[in-house]
Amino acid sequence: MSLAQKPKVPGAAARAPWADPDAKPFIRIRNVTKKFGDFVAVNNVSLDIYRSELFCLLGGSGSGKSTLLRMLAGFEQPTSGAIEIEGQDMAGAPPYDRPVNMMFQSYALFPHMSVADNVAYGLKQDGVPRAERDERVAEMLRMVKLEPYGKRRPHQLSGGQRQRVALARALAKRPKLLLLDEPLGALDKKLREETQFELVGIQEKLGTTFIVVTHDQEEAMTLATRIGVMNQGQITQVGEPREIYEYPRSRFVANFIGDVNMFEGRILVDGVDHAVIDSEEAGARIRIGYAVPGREGDPIAVAVRPEKILMGRERPAETENVLSGVVEDISYLGGLSHYRIRLPSGKRVRITQTNRDRHEDPITWEEPVFLSWETPSGVALSS
Amino acid sequence: MRSGSFLLIAASLGFLFLYAPIVSLVVYSFNDSRLVTVWGGFTTKWYGELFKDVALVNAALVSLKVAVIAATLATILGTIAGFVLSRFGRFKGRLLFTGMVTAPLVMPEVITGLSLLLLFVGLEQATGWPAGRSATTIIIAHTTFCLAYVAVVVQSRLAGFDRSLEEAAMDLGARPLKVFFSVTLPIIAPALISGWLLAFTLSLDDAVIASFVSGPGSTTLPVEILSRVRRGVSPVINALATLIIVVVAVGFLIASLLMIRAERQRRRDEQKALAGK
Amino acid sequence: MSAPDLAGAGTAMAAPEPWAQRLAPTLHRLGVTKGAETRGAVALIGLGLAWLVFAVMLFSNKGVGFGTIIYAILGLGLALWLLRVLTDGRRLVIALPMIWLLLFFLAPFLVVFKVSVAEQLIAQPPYSPLFTWAEGKLQITAHLENYQFLLEDRFYIDAYLTSIRIAAISTILCLFVAYPMAYAIARSSPAWRNTLLMLVILPFWTSFLLRVYAWIGILNNNGVINNFLMWLGVIDEPIVMMQTNFAVYVGIVYSYLPLMILPLYTTLEKLDGTLLEASADLGAGPIRSFLSITLPLSLPGILAGCLLVFIPAVGEYVIPALLGPSDTLMIGRVLWDEFFTGRAWPIASAVAIAMLLFLVAPIMLFRNAQGQTGEER
Repeated sequence: MSLAQKPKVPGAAARAPWADPDAKPFIRIRNVTKKFGDFVAVNNVSLDIYRSELFCLLGGSGSGKSTLLRMLAGFEQPTSGAIEIEGQDMAGAPPYDRPVNMMFQSYALFPHMSVADNVAYGLKQDGVPRAERDERVAEMLRMVKLEPYGKRRPHQLSGGQRQRVALARALAKRPKLLLLDEPLGALDKKLREETQFELVGIQEKLGTTFIVVTHDQEEAMTLATRIGVMNQGQITQVGEPREIYEYPRSRFVANFIGDVNMFEGRILVDGVDHAVIDSEEAGARIRIGYAVPGREGDPIAVAVRPEKILMGRERPAETENVLSGVVEDISYLGGLSHYRIRLPSGKRVRITQTNRDRHEDPITWEEPVFLSWETPSGVALSS
Repeated sequence: MRSGSFLLIAASLGFLFLYAPIVSLVVYSFNDSRLVTVWGGFTTKWYGELFKDVALVNAALVSLKVAVIAATLATILGTIAGFVLSRFGRFKGRLLFTGMVTAPLVMPEVITGLSLLLLFVGLEQATGWPAGRSATTIIIAHTTFCLAYVAVVVQSRLAGFDRSLEEAAMDLGARPLKVFFSVTLPIIAPALISGWLLAFTLSLDDAVIASFVSGPGSTTLPVEILSRVRRGVSPVINALATLIIVVVAVGFLIASLLMIRAERQRRRDEQKALAGK
Repeated sequence: MSAPDLAGAGTAMAAPEPWAQRLAPTLHRLGVTKGAETRGAVALIGLGLAWLVFAVMLFSNKGVGFGTIIYAILGLGLALWLLRVLTDGRRLVIALPMIWLLLFFLAPFLVVFKVSVAEQLIAQPPYSPLFTWAEGKLQITAHLENYQFLLEDRFYIDAYLTSIRIAAISTILCLFVAYPMAYAIARSSPAWRNTLLMLVILPFWTSFLLRVYAWIGILNNNGVINNFLMWLGVIDEPIVMMQTNFAVYVGIVYSYLPLMILPLYTTLEKLDGTLLEASADLGAGPIRSFLSITLPLSLPGILAGCLLVFIPAVGEYVIPALLGPSDTLMIGRVLWDEFFTGRAWPIASAVAIAMLLFLVAPIMLFRNAQGQTGEER
């Protein structure tokens, strides 16, 4: 048995605060649990978030991401554990006493106030003098490009405009931390893509720490400096988008983000810098480029992304990471093609190939093929 | 189609059933015969007699005063009660509170009337207050049962209320009391108005409870009408009924016209917004 | 109670420190700025208010007797409770309607109960006291004769059963009148729908009493219907309709028709038209489609409407008093007559308590169960 090594992540931002063991986290969530009756919504979550991050909490519905966000805002109190913002324990602090503002999924714009009054609401609560207030409101509306709309009521705006008013209102008090609950969820696809970049632009300009809750993995990948994947009340993995995609640490994360082929097997050889896994399902031996956790003979899974698998008519020279099968289905999408290959074990493997060449003789249905991938492409998952 | 014509006939008969008695009330108020249902020619003299009838006019004034005060009190207390029911979650005595708020809705009027009268008699015996039955005791009685209706109206409005609006206000630094007055109250204001109108109407309409708790100098209009009607029909009552029907119908018409106009305006605004102007 | 317990209770009551401290965050939450002066002022107002209630309770009593002691204790309890309430904004909000309802809704029933176990006297008020203070001893005199009387005299049980029967029959009649109307409104074009609905609601805002009164003129022996039929020559003698159960049914159906139509309309309007199309597509005729699709799906509306009509109808006084016969009485009218005509306050109170137990309580329980299953859905 050897000690498990973490796969080395190439290209991780070396100077990022989360890579620096001496950096002081801006928000510390320590062993936070939230129960509603018998139901455990958030289960012993610990997480550090650093200043000026754009952190995405990614998870399905009921994963606890929204509850975690609501605890940061102060709408819910943790059943146990502590939340610190800038070193201050937030226990018992009501929402109106926190240096935190939130942008709601429904936007929650006050329907009986004009756009300008909505943006000014938070400043009014703080007793900001009128002249300064007006100036700040104008500045905020300029930032979200809604200057001419100050006198309108929310119902006189389109969905995208409402979203920007909600953002302006949440940022008007210059909070240290902005929480965004599915900020782009209510927009249609085209608008969502434009707004993603605007949001990142505003965040970079102001330097405010953003925590975004979303169920949309593409959105998380585009926006985030780091992603925390949540499942059943727990954070299963935290990392930069690339790290989460290329080196998922569990079957759940591998499946949740992107497409993946999963081969179940047992550890055959567990070396110092590599491991070999015997997979009946794949009908082959699979080589992993690092030592895996566990003993020889233990069950383990190997994840390989569809775009990392090569396909050909001739058997490659290698003896490991080579599978044979029959093409079962092809969907041609123009730039890409998706293939489904049936292995002798009955397992289906998905492959994505870019159509770089205009083949005269393309691989077609029911044709026997060989699949292979480079050793660093495989990731071993024990949980 | 067969089922279509059946529906049409049934609905027409239904509306005839609803309105025929009202029409007959109005028609016979112009009947120049003391026997209400025997036609004796057209007259408007009963309207003149109605305004000369001091007892009826006084009773109407008492009724209006009682209804305005009771509806206002009921709206204040009922709004608080509805807010507590839909926003406060669990608290000690919640079951009792819910029971007391909803029970008046199913309580027969005779029981409410009797129990309040006995309370007032007992209280007067023990403390000297209230001294006899008066408009005050009617107001207390009406506030109590109207409160329940207002609470239900407010509670159902709050149930359909996006809670994140209140959370957003709190998130932006407003304390609970401020949230209530700056966000919750303005948004549920229409429900409060309809709650007030409902309470006002219920109070104006109540004959049974008021019969128990009204005193000699404080007869309300329904109590007066009830005691006269038990003695038989009278064209003066028809005239009064016609006046009430006209007032209600006109008020109703104005209210619905205003509502339709507001709705149209809102729709126009939304279309403009969607067009991106 | 043991000695340490007593001591503990004493300090909890007397200690001014904890509640003054508790007051501070509450005031802060309520938006009052921190400051000893404001805190003191509010504390004083609270104490003053509590004392005022206490004093009114204590001194407005004529003479000092057993009642004074009870009110003194009640007043003190109230004062202490008010202090607790004033230290918490949440409690303060709950307290306003709570106090009102305790005083004017719950307390009256205790008085009714008290009177129901009293003896009828020719006095002012016409019943005997429950507590008496004689020879230095507290005496409780409860008379159960009133309840015994209710059980022995068939009259009361009959009235109770009659009320339930009449209310049930009227409710079903009302359903039959209301269903086609609600269905027709739900199927009408959207432009008509609101107008028709308004026409349904409009009579409801006019006086209930006068709408019942209108039927006297119609059903009387020389009323509209009889005059019309005699003019036609269909009948020679007027048909007696007034002061019959028929008149009561008509009155109840007429008065509560909007209450039945509205919930029916709400469920029928939500009914998905494609379901009926699917049913027709699968070969069901209109009647079959109605019975197997529309009717079952509108059951919640039917139930809600029936409850809304049945509940007020069963305790109704005005309709049976104006239109009904004088021999078969409904329970509401019995209570009224006992109280006003017979001046039999104890019997009337016993009738009220019996109605609470056998009419109101089951209805409340049923509504509760109904509401819970509704939430589960």
